[in-house]
Amino acid sequence: MAVSEYQVRPGPEGYLPPAAASMGVELPERGAALVEGRVVPEDDAFQAIAEKLLAARNPVFFPGPAVLWAWKDGVAEKARAVLRLMEVVGARAIPMPDYRPKYPMINPAVEINPNHPNLTIWHNRIDVGVFVGVHCHYANVALKIIRGGTDCYTIALCGEVGHEDAMITLRDVDVKKLERLTEAARALAAAGPPRTGVMPRVGTAV
Amino acid sequence: MSKGLFRISPGFEDVMPAEYKELVTNGPYGRDLGVKDLGTFKELIEEHPLCAGCAEALALRLILASLPSPEDTVIVGSTGCSSLLFTQVAVQNIHSLFGNQNAVATGLKRALRLRFPDKVKDVVVIAGDGATVDIGLDMVMQSWFRRELITTIMLDNEVYANTGGQESGMSPQGAVLYMAPLGKKFPKVNLPEIAREAGCAYVATISPALPRRLGKVVRRAILVAREIGPSYVQVFCPCPTNFKWPSAQVLQKIRDRQKEGIFKVREYVSPEAEAYLAGLEVERQHDEQE
Repeated sequence: MAVSEYQVRPGPEGYLPPAAASMGVELPERGAALVEGRVVPEDDAFQAIAEKLLAARNPVFFPGPAVLWAWKDGVAEKARAVLRLMEVVGARAIPMPDYRPKYPMINPAVEINPNHPNLTIWHNRIDVGVFVGVHCHYANVALKIIRGGTDCYTIALCGEVGHEDAMITLRDVDVKKLERLTEAARALAAAGPPRTGVMPRVGTAV
Repeated sequence: MSKGLFRISPGFEDVMPAEYKELVTNGPYGRDLGVKDLGTFKELIEEHPLCAGCAEALALRLILASLPSPEDTVIVGSTGCSSLLFTQVAVQNIHSLFGNQNAVATGLKRALRLRFPDKVKDVVVIAGDGATVDIGLDMVMQSWFRRELITTIMLDNEVYANTGGQESGMSPQGAVLYMAPLGKKFPKVNLPEIAREAGCAYVATISPALPRRLGKVVRRAILVAREIGPSYVQVFCPCPTNFKWPSAQVLQKIRDRQKEGIFKVREYVSPEAEAYLAGLEVERQHDEQE
């Protein structure tokens, strides 16, 4: 497959899936987002995320330390915004409280760990997973492992510049952006029943 | 990190795993706890992958319980058995390249002083005998020469344990190990003496067979390194796996070595450190009376 044609799609892609960046997928500029490796306007990504979450059988948010712990001013507000979004799309949370590898292994029913996130995905049969508040280096590792070993559709709501190894990623996610995403999901939910199995609508490349 | 960080964001309390909630409600952060309080609070290490009967594991448990301010401590580790455990400890920690631990700790301590000029941040190196006395001796001694305000704790298990049993500078003379079948040809390196001569303000040798004493030593070493100068603690914790001892007999073996005079509990405190520790003790008594 040519580098420019590489799409970040659900796996399982194999034991060592390539990093999307190495296949030519570039992070979006401000105001844009990535859907399956293609740069799209942010509003299109909102729509795609809302469709995916509302259509999911078992959507789960994976809040990371940057959201789970009220470590600085503003985090509690962001956590509340995440909770509101979860409520609208009918998702539950499985936390990633820190990045320590656990011995002998984690309890996949109650937590997810970046070193073997596939265990939690498999155990809970998660079809759509949302990363939020996970520090970049661990999110990248975990997203690649999930793409390598599971068919989970991954979404990264990133406070920095996004994650190309997620199937959909937003960048610069703050409380306002979470609220806009929540509104998009609320509007879509009000419009009718979720269209199970429909691929997210991908907008015009910018 | 400060104890103020240990607050779960509102709304996520219910999904947080029990061990984290217990760390928040009953952890050692911001509390004046020590070895004597073990069993009454949530410890910083829950489970570990070290061998059954490992004296090093017990020593680490005691060391972690003795940190004066775990919420403001960063541990710098190095390659070895202990590095298998440190990733699971609920204290900030860095794994450095084999032998580089005191150089990394130096930079870290200086950076923390710049970043947090009004806070006390303890940087504690905890590494094995291979990392401390063999591969990293240069970096260890240079940090002492420079009087870096860090604590160095060597876990002396007397062997390169998890790479198959090669002799280290701390293996006893004559020791026959899996990868040293002819026996070691020279005695243990006398690092406590070297530490004293190299500028450490506090030097001690101890073992986990004396848990309260170990706790006191670790605490004093960290306090001295806050203000006076570098400190060094050598914890005698020989490896039962490589020395082929039954797991349950390790502490007795340590006690036997102490009775034979092969291992000695020692403490050196410089006059400045002595005065400093005495001043802290007076302050503590004063606070207790109030």
